Amino acid sequence: MRARTIVPALVLLLFAALPLLTQAFDQRYLLSVGTRIVIWSIAAVSLNMILGYGGLVSFGHAAFFGIGGYAVGILSAEGIESGWLQWPVALLAAIIWAAIVGALSLRTRGVYFIMITLAFAQLVYYLSSGLEAYGGDDGLNISRSRFGLIDLRDKASFYWLCFALLCASLWFCSRFAVSRFGNVIRGAKSNELRMTALGFPVFRYRLVAFIIAGALGGLAGILLANDGAYVSPAMMSWVKSGDLIVIVVLGGIGALYGPLWGAIAFFALEEFLQPILDLMHKGWGEYWQIVFGPMLVLVALHARGGIDSLLGRADD
Amino acid sequence: MEVLIQILNGVQLGLLMFLLAAGLTLTFGIMDLVNLAHGSLYMMGAYIAWTFIGWTGSFVLGALLALPATFVLGMLVEIVVMRRLYARDHLDQVLATFGLILFFNELVRAVWGPDGKSIAVPGFLSHTIQILPGVPYPAYRFALIAAGAIVAILLAWLVARTRMGMLIRAGASNRRMIAALGVNIELLFTLVFGLGAAFAGLAGLMAAPIASVRIGMGDDILIVAFVVIVIGGIGSIKGAFVAAMLVGQIDIAGRAFLPDLLKTFLSPASASAAAPAISQVLVYVLMAGVLVWRPTGLFGQRP
Repeated sequence: MRARTIVPALVLLLFAALPLLTQAFDQRYLLSVGTRIVIWSIAAVSLNMILGYGGLVSFGHAAFFGIGGYAVGILSAEGIESGWLQWPVALLAAIIWAAIVGALSLRTRGVYFIMITLAFAQLVYYLSSGLEAYGGDDGLNISRSRFGLIDLRDKASFYWLCFALLCASLWFCSRFAVSRFGNVIRGAKSNELRMTALGFPVFRYRLVAFIIAGALGGLAGILLANDGAYVSPAMMSWVKSGDLIVIVVLGGIGALYGPLWGAIAFFALEEFLQPILDLMHKGWGEYWQIVFGPMLVLVALHARGGIDSLLGRADD
Repeated sequence: MEVLIQILNGVQLGLLMFLLAAGLTLTFGIMDLVNLAHGSLYMMGAYIAWTFIGWTGSFVLGALLALPATFVLGMLVEIVVMRRLYARDHLDQVLATFGLILFFNELVRAVWGPDGKSIAVPGFLSHTIQILPGVPYPAYRFALIAAGAIVAILLAWLVARTRMGMLIRAGASNRRMIAALGVNIELLFTLVFGLGAAFAGLAGLMAAPIASVRIGMGDDILIVAFVVIVIGGIGSIKGAFVAAMLVGQIDIAGRAFLPDLLKTFLSPASASAAAPAISQVLVYVLMAGVLVWRPTGLFGQRP
């Protein structure tokens, strides 16, 4: 029980201090890794809400990266650089898209749901690659959103903004998990028929959850676009949706901090598996995914509960 | 006559996708397995064929050797990984087979190198045929259509007329029952998976001379193959065929005729850039439409 409170607190504290630490030890590169971990954690938190708590395997979550990112990118290309305008527009775009996709795809079940969410994501992917005016396949260089108060070009303040948003999403998710609304979503995961019989309009509950998750995913897309000052169709390729699922499952499905553990593990493996393999045998590092791929297979086969289960049984 | 040529191209793409989708819909329907790594078998088929063609110096010999090789590879993958996944939920299957994709892509990079390979069109098929006076069509593409049609007929015969096909159909409707009736279901699953792999490999090596052999070549077409089986209804060979033909025609027609259509209101440059994207989008719109209308596909079993 104690590990469940101490470990997340320590890790969040470490992340809060990351810009100071990387500056003190002159490891600026680690800050950019940290920024990516934090942004992907936000996206994973949002996916975890529908996949983990709701049991809805959405294979198109990266589309929200793209929609959030492209909304910022297109506005910036048109000369509108104020974040006060860009961000709400981007969030609204993600919400509208989530409402459309959710309303259509939540009618299906199981594999069909996986595939229809994937299809919608592919649709956005190809649409964006057809936007010749905004870079097409090559993507679009953008300038970072301007807020007046904080300068997003400063790496440390951008990181802290992302971190604050991650904390907010985690807090929101923790409230969601114990709320009446969240309990309906979780109940529908284990037995949809029972929830319907109890009188809950499951479809509408799920749609709202899908839209919330979409908005949060769009937020991650906004941050991703600002992090790289660049948007491209590649940010919403289906492989990214797969990566998000990997992060959620690796961290622990339906666990509050699971997305954070998953993102840390995912990017740590990406960063460190290469040098480790290179140490074992020169030249092996290049092929780190030969090791990473089977690791995912093993996780799928044997690691029920993901990294989060290492902290002991969950409270409920 | 442009129209006729594009229809033939659509048929050819449709048959190729049918080969890929057939194995996918069988494993989906019978084993209830979401196999994202099916596209990797398509890629492996092309690379293995490239190696064998290099050894033997003959396209036909190389292809004939590559088919049993992908069959064995498929059975190996089934025995090592897939059979542990049948009883799992779709999420675990997505995760594990996603891992397999990473593995196979990187394996190919380690063994064959990062650069793409090309397989030349075999010499005896490198000419063109006059389909109508003054309308030439490449003989290789004709051969593709013929080979695809023959395999499709063979598969239909296998599923509809043989004992194995009977077991496959029985397994698709109720696999517990046929296991209870004493059928060696493990062996059946391994064989079906190997068969699906061989079909995917065949599609990969047949597409190689007109596309290119490269890492990740199976990933994009796999998504389209999934779209095909979802439109057709999971587990239905007939549905996969109809949907593959439909998707093939839409994709090709979009690429061929949309640029001219778009040029009427867009600049030529942006029209030619947008057309392939829009024809892809049309395919997904078709799928979304079908699923909204029939949530289990055109020929799928009603829940």
